[in-house]
Amino acid sequence: MARSISYREAINEALAQEMERDSRVVVFGEDNVGGTGAPGDIDAWGGVLGVTKGLYGKFPGRVMDTPISESAFIGAAIGAATGGLRPVAELMFIDFMGVCFDQIFNQAAKFRYMFGGNAVTPVVIRTMWGAGLRAAAQHSQSLLSVFTHIPGLKVAAPSNPYDAKGLLIASIRDDDPVIFAEHKMLYDTTGEVPEESYSIPFGEANVARDGGDVTIVAIGRMVNTALEAAAELAGSGVEAEVIDPRTTSPLDLDTILESVENTGRLVVVDESNPRCSLASDISASVAQEAFGALLAPIQLVTGPHTPVPFADSLEDLFIPDVPKIVGAVKTAVDWSK
Amino acid sequence: MTGTLRNPVSQELGPDQLLEAYRMMRTIRDFEERVHEEFAGGDIPGFVHLYAGEEASAAGVCLHLDDRDAIASTHRGHGHCIAKGVDVLGMMAEIYGKSTGSCKGKGGSMHIADLSKGMLGANGIVGGGPPLICGRALASKQLGTGGVAVAFFGDGASNQGTTLESLNLATVWNLPAIFVAENNGYAEATSSTWSVATDDIADRAAAFGMPGVIVDGFDFFAVHEAAGEAVARAREGGGPTLIEVKFTRYFGHFEGDQQLYRGDEVAQARDKLDCLKRFRARVTESGQLTTDQLDTIDAEVAALIDRSVAEAKAAPKPAAAELLTDVYVSY
Repeated sequence: MARSISYREAINEALAQEMERDSRVVVFGEDNVGGTGAPGDIDAWGGVLGVTKGLYGKFPGRVMDTPISESAFIGAAIGAATGGLRPVAELMFIDFMGVCFDQIFNQAAKFRYMFGGNAVTPVVIRTMWGAGLRAAAQHSQSLLSVFTHIPGLKVAAPSNPYDAKGLLIASIRDDDPVIFAEHKMLYDTTGEVPEESYSIPFGEANVARDGGDVTIVAIGRMVNTALEAAAELAGSGVEAEVIDPRTTSPLDLDTILESVENTGRLVVVDESNPRCSLASDISASVAQEAFGALLAPIQLVTGPHTPVPFADSLEDLFIPDVPKIVGAVKTAVDWSK
Repeated sequence: MTGTLRNPVSQELGPDQLLEAYRMMRTIRDFEERVHEEFAGGDIPGFVHLYAGEEASAAGVCLHLDDRDAIASTHRGHGHCIAKGVDVLGMMAEIYGKSTGSCKGKGGSMHIADLSKGMLGANGIVGGGPPLICGRALASKQLGTGGVAVAFFGDGASNQGTTLESLNLATVWNLPAIFVAENNGYAEATSSTWSVATDDIADRAAAFGMPGVIVDGFDFFAVHEAAGEAVARAREGGGPTLIEVKFTRYFGHFEGDQQLYRGDEVAQARDKLDCLKRFRARVTESGQLTTDQLDTIDAEVAALIDRSVAEAKAAPKPAAAELLTDVYVSY
């Protein structure tokens, strides 16, 4: 029987296997070891949610703590990538991009183009995203669309342990800067993950469920929610195809278009804010490329245009859920009747 | 820890190195003076920030560096590029936005780079370079190359968080990094005597646990000596150094700047402090070099700059297809 491990363990295993394979891979970030310079245990944390736990013991000198100076150490990862290392830096929460964004979008993302193709920047920035942990407005955002907007960055958002391992290995081997977005509510989810090393190519969506009546494109954690909704819809005779893009840059638009050509209906589920979002981007592309196939207006299921609230009663309302997705699908299906 | 150096000496520099230093500074000066003229003629597009007056800093530091070493520069980056060995013909073509440029015409004056020379780019973001240099220094340390990394930045960038974070990180990680604060007196049009809270930028070194020194930026030998100590310390694992180089720039913040905020310091500097004049006087009076040797370099450099402009003007612009190349994916 295939082995089942958690999303957290899958990421840790990908890091360990790549560090074993390639001595140029280094890992650093705030408390990625945990306890450096302190009187107690070393490797006390292994990252704030334990994702890098144990790597320090296996690869001493290649897993490092940093001061809380995101500009300096994210920038250092980028500089080191131009100097022969393949760094994996951890930006603890995606929300913290605000204090280091220049290094990511004006430096790393631009080197290759603005230097006329004469730069290679193989850096991975792991970062935690998404709502649901009652972490409030500055620790819960879904800012993937901001990174996806920037030419020169690749963006991965795995929705399950298998993809997390394969996409992280692909990210580390990639010569371009990669934003590797780990959804904080998925760390304890489990799934089948091969022990051997493997990589998943960027820009290849996963069709998580086949169906002929409606296409649901969902990002990150929303893939699971969409699959739950699809199961419920199947009970009422509506077969939804659920597509997980896996990477938002590059985006596998072909798989989405192919599905919409077949189903005639599209629902995009993304927990981020709605304006200038992945949902609006995907829907615009489909409207442009597959207008003739559409039987109903494209439906977007997103968070509202607000910060993420703290109180559980409000945060639960913020995050798209099964009833909202089912409702959107029914709107699309009913429209064409 | 901050202090001025004792009267600098140059005994370790032989004639070949002195000639190399002079050629480097002369090339920078002529390049910048010519860009100034050509920009006024309307042939050069965009934003151009000139380094003339500051040559001793780039030369004094970069003469200590080799292929293992990397530098990060600023928007005022032409001098650093030349000092780190970037091809002058490619640089001029880049400034003209031509396909033969260092970056195929896709970078421009503010983004000239040659990573094969360890030149990580001029940088349009004030304070953009120091974090990158921490990374290059980390790579040298991890890979055991013996290389050092140098961040050139201005008095304006000395007030950026990125710079201050990098100074701290460099000490915390004990990196082979050198931070060269080029204090030319103005962050754009704002005086550094107002915008920098400490008397000297070098004072800040103490706050980050590293040595800080102040040098006369018009004196090549002073810069060379201070940089030599810092580079040696970094190569030996002794950690980072902050060097403040004080001088003034000969032109405005950008070409076209009317410089209404300035006094008469440029005329005074050109007349009495100029690094090239002082260098010539010193090496000829000491008998280390002859006037003929220096004049020969002047003529060679002038010819090179003429050629660079002629070739840049004659070169083709980038082809339309270049718009979409050098990114990883096109939609």
